Amino acid sequence: MNTPKEFLYSKSHEWAKKLDDGSVLVGLSDKAQNDLGDLVFVNLPAVGDSFSAGDTMCDVESVKAVSDVYAPVSGTVAEVNEMLLDTPEAINKEPYEAWLVKLTDVSGLEDLLDADAYIAVCEEE
Amino acid sequence: MKLIFESGASGRGCSVLPECDVPVFSLPESMRREKAPNLPQLSENDISRHYTALAGRTHGVNNGFYPLGSCTMKYNPKINEEMAALPGFSSIHPLQPEHTVQGAMEVLYQTEKALCEITGMDGMTFQPAAGAHGEFTGLLLIKAYHKHRGDSKRTKIIVPDSAHGTNPASAAMAGFTVVSIPSQEDGCVDLEKLRAAVGEDTAGLMLTNPNTVGLFDKNILEITKIVHDAGGLNYYDGANLNAVMGISRPGDMGFDVVHLNLHKTFSTPHGGGGPGSGPVGCKALLADFLPGPVVKEEQGQYRFHTPEHSIGRVKSFYGNFAVVVKALTYILTLGAEGIREASQNAVLNANYMMKKLCDLYTMAYDERCMHEFVMSLEPLKKETGISAMDIAKGLLDNGIHPPTMYFPLIVHEALMVEPTETESKETLDEAIEVFRSLYETAKTDPQALHDAPHHTPVRRLDEVGAARNPKLRYSFE
Amino acid sequence: MGSYVPSTPAQRREMLEAVGCSSMEELFGHLPQQVLLDRPLDLPRGLSELEVRRAMEKTAARNTVFSTVFRGAGAYRHYIPAIVKQVVSKEEFVTAYTPYQAEISQGVLQSIFEYQTMICELTGMEVSNASVYDGATAAAEAVAMCRDRKRTKALISAAAHPDLIQTVKTYCEGSNTPVEIIPAKDGKTDLDALSAMLDDSVCCVLIQQPNYFGQLENADQAGVIAHEAGAKYIMSCNPISLGMLKTPAESGADIAVGEGQPLGLSLSFGGPYLGFMACTNALVRKIPGRIVGETTDVDGKRAYVLTLQAREQHIRREKASSNICSNQALCALTASVYLAAMGTKGLQQAAEQSFAKAHYFAAEMAKIPGCELRFSGEFFHEFVASCPDVPKVMAALEAQGILGGLPLGGELSGCVLWCATEQNSKEEIDRAIAVIKEVCGA
Repeated sequence: MNTPKEFLYSKSHEWAKKLDDGSVLVGLSDKAQNDLGDLVFVNLPAVGDSFSAGDTMCDVESVKAVSDVYAPVSGTVAEVNEMLLDTPEAINKEPYEAWLVKLTDVSGLEDLLDADAYIAVCEEE
Repeated sequence: MKLIFESGASGRGCSVLPECDVPVFSLPESMRREKAPNLPQLSENDISRHYTALAGRTHGVNNGFYPLGSCTMKYNPKINEEMAALPGFSSIHPLQPEHTVQGAMEVLYQTEKALCEITGMDGMTFQPAAGAHGEFTGLLLIKAYHKHRGDSKRTKIIVPDSAHGTNPASAAMAGFTVVSIPSQEDGCVDLEKLRAAVGEDTAGLMLTNPNTVGLFDKNILEITKIVHDAGGLNYYDGANLNAVMGISRPGDMGFDVVHLNLHKTFSTPHGGGGPGSGPVGCKALLADFLPGPVVKEEQGQYRFHTPEHSIGRVKSFYGNFAVVVKALTYILTLGAEGIREASQNAVLNANYMMKKLCDLYTMAYDERCMHEFVMSLEPLKKETGISAMDIAKGLLDNGIHPPTMYFPLIVHEALMVEPTETESKETLDEAIEVFRSLYETAKTDPQALHDAPHHTPVRRLDEVGAARNPKLRYSFE
Repeated sequence: MGSYVPSTPAQRREMLEAVGCSSMEELFGHLPQQVLLDRPLDLPRGLSELEVRRAMEKTAARNTVFSTVFRGAGAYRHYIPAIVKQVVSKEEFVTAYTPYQAEISQGVLQSIFEYQTMICELTGMEVSNASVYDGATAAAEAVAMCRDRKRTKALISAAAHPDLIQTVKTYCEGSNTPVEIIPAKDGKTDLDALSAMLDDSVCCVLIQQPNYFGQLENADQAGVIAHEAGAKYIMSCNPISLGMLKTPAESGADIAVGEGQPLGLSLSFGGPYLGFMACTNALVRKIPGRIVGETTDVDGKRAYVLTLQAREQHIRREKASSNICSNQALCALTASVYLAAMGTKGLQQAAEQSFAKAHYFAAEMAKIPGCELRFSGEFFHEFVASCPDVPKVMAALEAQGILGGLPLGGELSGCVLWCATEQNSKEEIDRAIAVIKEVCGA
């Protein structure tokens, strides 16, 4: 399981990465993509949608399952990674490159887990 | 093999229609299609061979044992097909005057009476074309009932977590919020959780009994009473009625509305995925809300009637009529005793198979089952790496259609086996031997099962590729 | 008594013993007493096959099979080539379940893939599903595809089939989607009224082509109006008419649906029929029901499989856009075989001949005093005409074994909706005209 130190994590297996301009990229952790298996589609939210931490933000589909993706922090969708609509497999291949959404007006980053804490959570599961 | 578009030749075709015997009329060019459709150009012989080849690559009940749990793949009697094809049924227009279709109306009327007797209901509509369509219709009846009483706060439908996906999907389509309640360890409804879930916002409960794990919920009267006491209604999903016909009736268990799957319980064929028929029966308190028209009888004459507070149509005309003809033929053939006998033997066959397999396979629920039983391949998978999917694929090489896989969701690595009553002991014994030998293979040569099937027209498919890059039609370029 | 249970009494005893029961009653001994039915079902005794045949034939004989039919109104009597019934009677197709196990279901899967291709060819659309219940439910499902958080209202043409309108309304009542009816003017959708009804709450506009009265709508224009207001455009089409008429794709439709019954399905008192649905690529994730896709197996062989399943109820449960599970697969196969037998040329012939015969019929009828065409627009194979004495004309036709057109009510009381197809010979039409003339005293 690949869990880079420079990312923050939620218990529901999303990662978040703060950019210099204060916005936050959100994606799925390596453990999440591994558990979900080969992804075949991503339903992205609309730009402008606002979420509170823990809200269902979008979902990802494998052949035989659909899984909700939760907002790890509160914020507003500034951008979605439309490339994933054609290449959902990028999430399987490069989970930490394949961001789903970019959020602005973010709050709640401090409630996320660092890599070590996240690894501990995963080991308990 | 070739697609139908890949054979044939330009200019070839069947000679079907004569020359036009009236003057040609012209349509303005602006209303005509610009490009003619690319349809096959084949001789009748070409067409016949193409579909014969396709039939050869299809496994039906007629090809072999088909113990697909929750689908009731019983034998489809041939007389049913012949009766539905009688010109008196197949060549009548749905909008003929009533006095010219008294026979067709009699079919609907008689079938309604018989199915109401079997289910303990008072009224019925045949409009729904399939089980899910019936669920939607039944839930709209519940919605209309509460609305009619001015009780607008009943917005929730309770569905056990073991339910088929159509149940929550139908409830959502009918505008309800779905409340999912976890099942007990024995797969039955948890009475305490149900009590905690019901309230002033409960519109109703959706349930099968026997439930989705093949067990008869012994608390059924208590369950339906909890919902009634809270002011809700009880919906019976008839997917599993084949276990209890002539033995126990949903209407006597406390259910207010049921849908039946004529294509499961009443022997009409599945046709590769349809057409089915999902009639909805209800107690008198809901009959005024049924979709119209329904058939009434007055002094030996049948007439159509639209109930006073009808929810409106859910389909054109009167539903899948020809399917109803087949079901009536079946009911007349079996009669009161035969219908009961069918359910008895469905349950006997399932219990027999379960008994003969339970020393090797892990049964999800180790007690008397009804018409189907669920095995969990989880222990075998832990030991050998062989999953429910692998066993299923192994069955394909033995000419047996696999059981339902990975359902219900509450059992891991589930295989749900429903033999039905129309299989002989010999067939069951052979299938039991196949299951047992696959179990041995799992232990001795797991790779052989991972690679299965070996002898089918095609082998395991790239489903991920199919979904990532959908190719959904033939491209002529 | 008829029975399809093969096990003998001795075998049943043996099996009961194996499961530890001494009788069938004991097998059900774990059911609570209170829910056991304590009497036999109140149904007749079972019958032998010959007795059943006699009983059902007697019931069937109470129906009148008209040798000549001039009634359509949503169910059409076209010629069905012999090959169609032979193919769809093959036991493998009839008795298979939904093709979940792709390895042993390639026949059904390939036939659906071919069907999807034919529907795309007919409609000009990019994607087709594997079928839904009928034309009315296809329309209702199409409306559901268009609804989103901001746009919730559906506009349906008053000139669509009444069963379609009612079915859409019932479905929309379930999902709390407001439905408004676009009025008709001179037998066609009133496009000025449509323009006035559109706003940014409208998710879709649905028209039927040819419409319920047989009239050809100005479909291109309706599409332009819908799209200008940001609404999706749904067309419900008669598939035979697509042998000659402009396709929904050419008219700008986002979704094409229709009643597939004319494609080789018998009238059968209204069912089973076939709902076809096709859409643009942009809407592929929204189209409900099963879809077959092409893929390969582990050996690289071309193969077919149910795909995009994560849209469906068995995976998405209450979040699925539709609950559809069983569809009308055998009816879709029927349509495919019909289209294969007719071919491009045959389908065009069926369309052109239905069109020509309806126009001949209408022209002859208009010569009868009191029988005037009600609408002025171009029509396909149905038309509305007034009739001096509807019940008398219908009775006189019936006496000759002819099912006349459908008497209309409401504003069109005193009018009849007539239909002709390639099945109606000139001789039949002339005979009907003669009967009507006689009744009307002309």
